[in-house]
Amino acid sequence: MIKTDILIVGAGPVGLFTVFEAGLLKLKCHIVDVLPQVGGQLSEIYPKKPIYDIPGYPSVLAGDLVDNLMKQIKPFKPTFTLGEKASEIKSIGDKMYQMTTDRGTVIQAPVIAIAGGLGVFTPRKPPIPNIEDYERKGIDYMVKDPEQYRDKSILIAGGGDSALDWTIELQGIAKEITLVHRRTSFRGALDSVDKVMALAQAGKVNLITEAQAIGIKGGDHLTHVTIKTKESEADIAVDYFIPLFGLTPKLGPIADWGLGIDRGSIEVNTVDYSTNVPGIYAIGDINTYEGKLKLILCGFHEGTLMVQSAFKYIYPDQKLSFKYTTVSGVNAFE
Amino acid sequence: MQEENVINITVVDRDGIEHSIDAPTDMNFNVMEICKASDLPVEGTCGGMALCASCHCYVMSDHELSTASDDEEDMLDQAFFVEDNSRLGCQIKLHNDLDGLKIKLAPVA
Repeated sequence: MIKTDILIVGAGPVGLFTVFEAGLLKLKCHIVDVLPQVGGQLSEIYPKKPIYDIPGYPSVLAGDLVDNLMKQIKPFKPTFTLGEKASEIKSIGDKMYQMTTDRGTVIQAPVIAIAGGLGVFTPRKPPIPNIEDYERKGIDYMVKDPEQYRDKSILIAGGGDSALDWTIELQGIAKEITLVHRRTSFRGALDSVDKVMALAQAGKVNLITEAQAIGIKGGDHLTHVTIKTKESEADIAVDYFIPLFGLTPKLGPIADWGLGIDRGSIEVNTVDYSTNVPGIYAIGDINTYEGKLKLILCGFHEGTLMVQSAFKYIYPDQKLSFKYTTVSGVNAFE
Repeated sequence: MQEENVINITVVDRDGIEHSIDAPTDMNFNVMEICKASDLPVEGTCGGMALCASCHCYVMSDHELSTASDDEEDMLDQAFFVEDNSRLGCQIKLHNDLDGLKIKLAPVA
């Protein structure tokens, strides 16, 4: 069981910077994020893209901004639960919430700050009507344990790094491996592309290009995947089908927390970015209000005002005097 | 007569309904942005960086468009229902030669 002052959902730039502003008020933070690394979209979608509208930085790479934020919040010793999805919240008495993740981690805090960005990053699922019937019965959207595929026939679909890397990795473990891709060229790292091409030429990987998986068949477990090429359609017998089409954000469990939601975003009061539920705030891209702009710098502002309100909510009897960091410095936590 | 720096484009939504839109060409808009501004159901999640494919569309008219960049092709690799005339709306910049452009929104997976 983890106890903290502010439980932040989402380790993107806004969630991270909120740790700093909370730290100035001596509030401790714990961050939960479904991705295995911090940084949210900046790390997952565009780490190498420059950002030009962070005040004071004419240009900064998204990945570098995340690294700098991690340095900036270090004095306030944030704790993290990464690779787990914030699933359920419930009130457990006066000003105390309990959150449980999809892997059973339990966190208690009087305040929850949802900095969930675009939502929970989830695997893109191919639009095959009965695909959900075979999830965990032959269809996996990620490889957790390669040994699961030992001596099995597997089909991987996709053209990016993860499709190429797992084709290389699982070749030699799986009995038979087929890679299906929409085009003849791949976008992955050159080295991986070369390796896969060599494996295909050596007959160790069955490479089918300009093709896509359009159907699946089976009984209790998956048995066949239908592959459509320009000329024809054919069923391929497989034990496992691993579609690797990247991740896309979905609002996910947040939709069920009783918060006011307008077109996929959480409605907030712009005085302090509070939601309709006391003690729960929403900051950054996930919230909506009149004039909302989805900008990192706006999220920083929202997090800053939000922690002031959170302090007054947690300690209604204490006086809060605002101090500039230039005057009082950054007093690290013990 | 066509107004200066305004073109007319047609967007076919996912229910097959055609929307005729007068679009300015001097404001650096792309197809994704003009769809959003016209309240059509295009998410444009990544903001136009060719990183999400939520503006995936089919080009129905025979206008000459700039070739898709590697980034755009890479993103289309992660999309579904991709056809030969598939493009990302955010990568189609509106200019005067595109008067009469007709696109159809791709299904959402």
